[in-house]
Amino acid sequence: MWTLIQIELFKIFRRPRTYIAFAAITGLIGIIQFGLKLDGDSYVDFMMRDITSSITVEGKILNGYQVCYIVLQVLLVHVPLLIALVAADMISGEANMGTLRIMLTKPISRTRFLLAKFMATIAYTLLLLVWLAVLALFLNMILFGTDDLFLLKSQYVVLLKKDDIFWRYLWAFGFAALAMTTVASLGFLFSLFAENSIGPIVATMSVIIFFTILSTLNIPVFNKIKPFLFTTHMIGWKEFFDIKVNDANEAIVGSIQNPQKIINSAVVLVIHIIGFFTASVLIFKKKDVLS
Amino acid sequence: MHKLFLFIVSLHITIFSFSQDMTALIMKVKTKLDQVNDYEADGKMKTDVAFIKAPVGKVKVFYKKPNKFRLKKDGGISLLPKGGVSVNMNSIFTTSDFVALAAGDAVVGGVKTKVVKLLPSNENSDIVLTTMYIDETNLLVRKAITTTKENGTYEIEMSYGQFAQYGLPDKVVFAFNTKDYKLPKGITLEFDDNEKQLTDAEKLKNKKGRVEITYTNYIINRGINDSVFK
Amino acid sequence: MVLYNNMQPIVTVTGLTKQFKNLTAVQDLSFSVNEGDVYGFLGQNGAGKSTTIRMLLTLIAPTHGCIEIFGKELTANRNEILSQIGAVIEKPDVYKYLSAYENLKLFARLSGVKVTEQLLMDQLEKVGLASRAKDTVKTFSQGMKQRLGIAIALVHDPKLIVLDEPTNGLDPQGIADIRNLILHLSRDLKKTVIVSSHLLSEIEQVATRVLIIDRGKKIIEGNAAELFDPSQTIVELQTFDNGYAMEQLQLSVWGQHLQPQRDTAILIKLDRQQISQLHRDLVDMDIQVLSLQPRHSLEDYFLQVTSGNQHVDTYSN
Repeated sequence: MWTLIQIELFKIFRRPRTYIAFAAITGLIGIIQFGLKLDGDSYVDFMMRDITSSITVEGKILNGYQVCYIVLQVLLVHVPLLIALVAADMISGEANMGTLRIMLTKPISRTRFLLAKFMATIAYTLLLLVWLAVLALFLNMILFGTDDLFLLKSQYVVLLKKDDIFWRYLWAFGFAALAMTTVASLGFLFSLFAENSIGPIVATMSVIIFFTILSTLNIPVFNKIKPFLFTTHMIGWKEFFDIKVNDANEAIVGSIQNPQKIINSAVVLVIHIIGFFTASVLIFKKKDVLS
Repeated sequence: MHKLFLFIVSLHITIFSFSQDMTALIMKVKTKLDQVNDYEADGKMKTDVAFIKAPVGKVKVFYKKPNKFRLKKDGGISLLPKGGVSVNMNSIFTTSDFVALAAGDAVVGGVKTKVVKLLPSNENSDIVLTTMYIDETNLLVRKAITTTKENGTYEIEMSYGQFAQYGLPDKVVFAFNTKDYKLPKGITLEFDDNEKQLTDAEKLKNKKGRVEITYTNYIINRGINDSVFK
Repeated sequence: MVLYNNMQPIVTVTGLTKQFKNLTAVQDLSFSVNEGDVYGFLGQNGAGKSTTIRMLLTLIAPTHGCIEIFGKELTANRNEILSQIGAVIEKPDVYKYLSAYENLKLFARLSGVKVTEQLLMDQLEKVGLASRAKDTVKTFSQGMKQRLGIAIALVHDPKLIVLDEPTNGLDPQGIADIRNLILHLSRDLKKTVIVSSHLLSEIEQVATRVLIIDRGKKIIEGNAAELFDPSQTIVELQTFDNGYAMEQLQLSVWGQHLQPQRDTAILIKLDRQQISQLHRDLVDMDIQVLSLQPRHSLEDYFLQVTSGNQHVDTYSN
């Protein structure tokens, strides 16, 4: 099995397409960093204009933790598109190249073959997130320094102490990994149905964009279906940055406002991953390879 | 007619003497506070505003005559009522240019106090009116309500302990009015409609914000470099 | 050249049928391949050759029927069986962004071979690609890719080699190379080879046994030497009542000459000299003949079947 995964990873990382996502993330983060380094204060003023009417916020708001949060908020909506680029190509790309039929005449069961490919896809997804963490968190911590994290939510603001943040980011990246794996498994499932990669890539992206829009729209009719869309649960990482308060409205350091919500979202995502992959195996086992 | 004249004169005298009395009290308090040329204090600050979730933070407070005041967080970010916290008792008394009017007695935190209304004579002063609750026996200001032109009304309540002889409080509670806070979900990129936030929204109905600072460790009259206040 | 003997069959196919949504690609096909055979699989494009070969390689699941390879049922012993098969299916597609060496190494590992650089380079040497081992396949010609495909098919030293249309898209030199390779595999390395083609000429020169299929059905299976014997001919017989005619013929000496029926015609394989005897017997059996059309040779008949030419060339003996 390890040999199989190794081979799949080798294939993934020998392809130029793989690096598009890494380059895109690097470029985007670079631009955000450049922009914030240059003109971050006016960005902060803009974000804060509502709160500064009654509260004076003092301190280094635009620190590495803040920049990381901004980057994640912006990027994690779009990283799924980059993941689709590789995940939705996993089977369809091989079918298109004609290598699928050679692979499948090798003495490896289809389930194992699929599992190896899936593992490799997840490994790719995780590596992409590690890269994201390196650039968005660690590089920003160096470039912008660390300090308290001041977050504006739609109903309230949250102030997290400097030493109460890093662990939240670790968990947030862990959660993001789960969310991105969901996307990868969806793309993976779609990649079974076509003999070129464009179709599954576009299909995966469309589903994500469509669901995300439904998740974002604040229309009562759609609110009923929101809990059933995996995209709604994909932003669960933000919950790690909400803190509990005691009766005196004093934030409890090291607490999370709604851990149950995170667990629920994680469960929903895991169910999606298992569901998508099981469907992939069932379909693939019966699939006639005609490419 | 004569009676009326007498009445008016006596009324004048009464008011005058009454006012004089209050100015004297204020001056006494001021003298007491004037012993302090500068101080530096460590404190713990708690921000209690419905829409703010913030942990208790350590602060450092610096004061230097006549009216330099600075609250610094030990690194980190601090959320303070706009314009409010910078006003402390010492700086309120810097101007001697005011009219002090008696407004009866009241009990604050179990202590009997005189209520004094201070009106600045200077038209340009940001402070419109300050109501003080002064503990006459100890010459301590227990509570002050200040109305400003720019920053609304805020209330300062003080309790004293170890440093009462300098007129420096152990604990200061600022209460101030806050405005509504709400950002569109599109900006904060939040997807879900959390029912729990309804209770949060209800919390918001209480528009009074509070900032509570508990002081320890006053260092008085040791001199402070001006650069601290920049 | 003829290695055909009565050894164990390596491949036994019984009643194989593949039904796609509204197309029966292969219908009730039975055949067997013996050890040492170069088994030619002949039929026009769309006849069901590729579908059959893909079923042998587990790429397509049969609707009905049974496939046994090396004496074992295919589905149940898939991995064991596939580890002994090397295949080139249609175009030799490999990973274009990898080098020849990397491609070979990758597939060798998948086949469970203990790979050494020596082994891989030897294999590339055999197909004449050693000097291009480090080049990406992107830069290869069709013929070079085909040779790499063959190296991949042979790297794990399989007992059975399946070549599906191996000469497609090759130049005459490439076609000759493939022909020599098949002969080499069979004669020198004693491998069993299944090779499919839509061109009779290719099969004729290498095959020891031949199976001809058309529209998913078996037309004929037999020894190449016999089938391609120029003295043999096939007679197409149309009668007033084909059912009755078949019945009578099966009971007679002609029963063993009967070929699977094609369209409405009864096919009888015989020596040219026997045609007049057949004619007399038909009259004796009271079979009302509508037409009796001999082909001038078996080869012509196959050509007609396999080239999709439905034009019936009448020839009177």
